[in-house]
Amino acid sequence: MSRITLFLAVTLLVTAAARPVLAQPGAGAALLDTYRAAAMKEESGFRDFSAQRGEKFFFARNGDMSCASCHTDNPKAGGKHAKTGKAIEPLAPVANAQRLSDPAKVEKWFKRNCNDVLQRACSAREKGDFVAWLVSVK
Amino acid sequence: MKTLFSLILALALGSTAALADSDKYGGENRGKPVLSGQSNSKWKQECGSCHMAFPPGLLPAESWRKMMGGLDKHFGTDASLTAQENREITAYLVKNASNRWNAPSAPLRITETAWFKRKHDELAPAVWKRAAIKSPANCVACHAGAEKGDFEEDRVRIPR
Repeated sequence: MSRITLFLAVTLLVTAAARPVLAQPGAGAALLDTYRAAAMKEESGFRDFSAQRGEKFFFARNGDMSCASCHTDNPKAGGKHAKTGKAIEPLAPVANAQRLSDPAKVEKWFKRNCNDVLQRACSAREKGDFVAWLVSVK
Repeated sequence: MKTLFSLILALALGSTAALADSDKYGGENRGKPVLSGQSNSKWKQECGSCHMAFPPGLLPAESWRKMMGGLDKHFGTDASLTAQENREITAYLVKNASNRWNAPSAPLRITETAWFKRKHDELAPAVWKRAAIKSPANCVACHAGAEKGDFEEDRVRIPR
């Protein structure tokens, strides 16, 4: 194998390994690109998003609150506002095509909900992990 | 003298009649109608995400200004909007706020206004806590047409 072919093969392998989330077309792809660029700026050692970390993040409790408090344990099911009882549409794009389709709306709710649940803003990595998990739900 | 007396009496009666609606409930009276015929899609969508979009006429303009100025801490929740959305919705709320409120107060909770308390004073505290009601802020539990501004007493159905 020539040196160039070897170099190309390695590059392809590394690219494929580092960007598995991009391989998923459709919902969230553009969002993930935006969060990836931001995460690279926020964390020098950032490699890629992890759906597994995103799932953990969704269920993690802070005091008596977690994302699941309102959205329930099943992202394909509808939820209920913990305080008002108002119905919430399912989170996973597979169950609700509207989800992740409007980046401004996604950012609006990350700002609000991260403040409510974590009392702070979420990092680009947390957002990306969460989106990666959400689009992986089948 | 008699004419002067009659004139004063007429003026007094006249002004009483004219002020009656805004003097009711110590001046803390909701508007009429509570929901303007002219709706606003941003108001409906944004104010209706987590709870019912409350009709602007339920509070005076100053209450809405205060409310919209503190959305990042909205009854313990972050409900912040973009500056442009905030401006548009505030304008709609202020324009259609209660037209019968003449008290200097500007409460943030509709349920703490004098008109609300008087209108609901026959209800025992336990009623509000029923599973189907949950809170006095849940208008639609008993007023099915609340989102359309319909709070007619005849159509009230209190769930068991």
